[in-house]
Amino acid sequence: MNSSQLLGLTTFIYLLASVFYLAIFIFRANSLGLVASLATGLGFLVQTAGIILRWQESYQMGFGHAPLSNMYESLVFFAWCIAIFYLYLEWRFKNRIIGSFAVPFAFLAMALASLTSSEIAPLVPALQSNWLIAHVMTCFVGYAAFAVACGLGVMYLLKAARPAKPKGAPTGLLDSLPDLRVIDDVTHKSIIFGFLWLSAGIITGAIWANSAWGTYWSWDPKETWSLITWFVYAVALHARFVRGWGGKRIAWIAIIGFLSVVFTYYGVNYLLSGLHSYAGG
Amino acid sequence: MTKEKNPVWAFFASVKLALFLLIILAVTSVIGTLIPQGQEPGVYVREYGPGLARVFQLLQFDQMYGSWWFVGLLGLFSMNLIVCSLDRIPNVWRLVVQDNLDTDEAKLARSTHHWSQSRSTGVMATAAAVQEAMTAAGWRPQQEGAAGGDGRLFFAQKGRMTRLGVYVVHSSILIIFVGAIIGSLLGYKASVLIAEGAYSDRVFKSSGDNAAVPLGFQVHLDKFTLDLYPTGAPKEFRSDLIVIEDGQEKLRKSIVVNDPLDYGGLTFYQASYQGLPEYRMQLVNTRTGAQKSLDLEPRQQESWAEEGVVVGLLNTAGSGPTTSNLKIWFSDGQGEPQTFWLSQGGPRLLATAKGSYQISYVRQRFATGLQVAKDPGVWYVYTGCILMLVGIYVAFFMSHRRVWVLVRPEGDGSWILAAGNANKNRIGFERDFDTLVAHLSGQDQGGPAAANPDHEA
Repeated sequence: MNSSQLLGLTTFIYLLASVFYLAIFIFRANSLGLVASLATGLGFLVQTAGIILRWQESYQMGFGHAPLSNMYESLVFFAWCIAIFYLYLEWRFKNRIIGSFAVPFAFLAMALASLTSSEIAPLVPALQSNWLIAHVMTCFVGYAAFAVACGLGVMYLLKAARPAKPKGAPTGLLDSLPDLRVIDDVTHKSIIFGFLWLSAGIITGAIWANSAWGTYWSWDPKETWSLITWFVYAVALHARFVRGWGGKRIAWIAIIGFLSVVFTYYGVNYLLSGLHSYAGG
Repeated sequence: MTKEKNPVWAFFASVKLALFLLIILAVTSVIGTLIPQGQEPGVYVREYGPGLARVFQLLQFDQMYGSWWFVGLLGLFSMNLIVCSLDRIPNVWRLVVQDNLDTDEAKLARSTHHWSQSRSTGVMATAAAVQEAMTAAGWRPQQEGAAGGDGRLFFAQKGRMTRLGVYVVHSSILIIFVGAIIGSLLGYKASVLIAEGAYSDRVFKSSGDNAAVPLGFQVHLDKFTLDLYPTGAPKEFRSDLIVIEDGQEKLRKSIVVNDPLDYGGLTFYQASYQGLPEYRMQLVNTRTGAQKSLDLEPRQQESWAEEGVVVGLLNTAGSGPTTSNLKIWFSDGQGEPQTFWLSQGGPRLLATAKGSYQISYVRQRFATGLQVAKDPGVWYVYTGCILMLVGIYVAFFMSHRRVWVLVRPEGDGSWILAAGNANKNRIGFERDFDTLVAHLSGQDQGGPAAANPDHEA
């Protein structure tokens, strides 16, 4: 079995897990809870094996490098980060509904990866640096947290949009969602976690650029967009701490911030030109 | 203080300004990612028309991130960071160093978290039990007399310095800016092209007039190596550099991308390369074994006098900066001269009326393109970066947690009141407080308090 097959299988498992979580949310099929968690865990393990195998395969091809070097590999790693971040949240907050807003992101990332070339290519000189690993890892841990925060933001807005309802009325679809206070808290925590890693991602990128070209910051579109993303989340944190923003407003910022992440990561490659040449990858 | 009345101070200290600037910086930064930066004026006229190009010129959209208004925004942002931090630090510092034992029962009862219990033991015995329970719950209590002298007040706190974390983040941004300013005032970017076997004792500034900057030493290129993967993609660009100062070899280093050379406050980065129109040929007389190296340039000929051989270069072919094939003219003075294409690494055997020669194209001469940077500010930037990460961690993931336990007489026994608060992560603190209460109430089954039932006796 090769890594492509394992990662293809992962895509399928994440799709199944997403379906299970959505079934729990929409049809209140709570009996599927354990199955959904196990599927996600299994997907995560298969994916881990796939990533390690891909790493080995690159060495067998004679130009070994960590599988973090192009669009395909970064999307796979992104999905992997989302899966582990979500599994942690599920364990920490003992709530599976979050899964229907988080695991689909892992599936989407894998599905997107399957549309790009999965060829293992040797590293061009500029990418031959340990900073590549540090940079990609820190960025994608942050992006994964932002993806989950975005899912939570959507969840919050769904629940908050529900009109007030008399006590004793039959429980509706959205009642199974966690308390608004809890969603708000987890969104905020995901954002600060992501913010720390995004900062580290920008910094490792700057150090890498300085060791490769002698310029730690060159206002390249990708760099600039990562900074724009950083500003968006900085707004969220200041508004919350100092002006007491919460609820819907933070939920919206979580969504806008993630759109900015998606543009930084994906849009810039295809729509703008710059140093991050893995666009076609 | 007059600062409360000073509207300028109030303006710069406001969080509204901070939010406004963060949003404006985010929005305006987009401009430079959509409009190409650093192009010739004509490019903008062609792309956007003369009217828009005029506006672009006025607003310096061609180098937006260095424009008067963007730098102005960054300046405002810095002022805002400085003033709002200075405005808040005194109050925060007061919270860090304040005497938390200076409080009373009424205040404690209003805390976010509080819990009380009556005990049959006297104040002194209860106080001893409380101290033990707090220690067991992971707190290190200070104590003092309270409630008119016949009670006791215990206080413990964790992470009081974490209140300063946010100011570490603010300072880190300013330190990064200082580093960037130092770099732009005292440093420069330059580049230089050095041919194999040659040297340079100057570099050429990348900005403005491309002025030559004397180095005070020489950088020699001994050899440039271009390595390709079997796919043809570049694997490695390597320049073997030698630094010579005052006629003495000071340093020898092979640099590749991501591994530059540092000397004399400058850093030399592998940036590009060029194939030069100069080709090393190796000739062998296969009968006698005599050998000769010739360096050929296009449309020139070189001779191997001892053998009466003349070799000329008629044409070249290759991809990009490298030349892979040479069209050679060869004559040893006997019979017709021969012309043929010769590729790199593929020797050719030439039979003539007089003898037999082997000719091979050994290598092309290269020049290496080096980026040169002098940036005395980079260590400030790195220090700022580290402080930023530490600051963010402290500011968001650590909190200042405080707990108080008051013990006072009540009838024949005593009464205790536990109170606590945290400045962040209140849900996390709730667990901490519950643990403390569990220890105090002796309900923590298997815990230290439960193991000493006499506490409750």
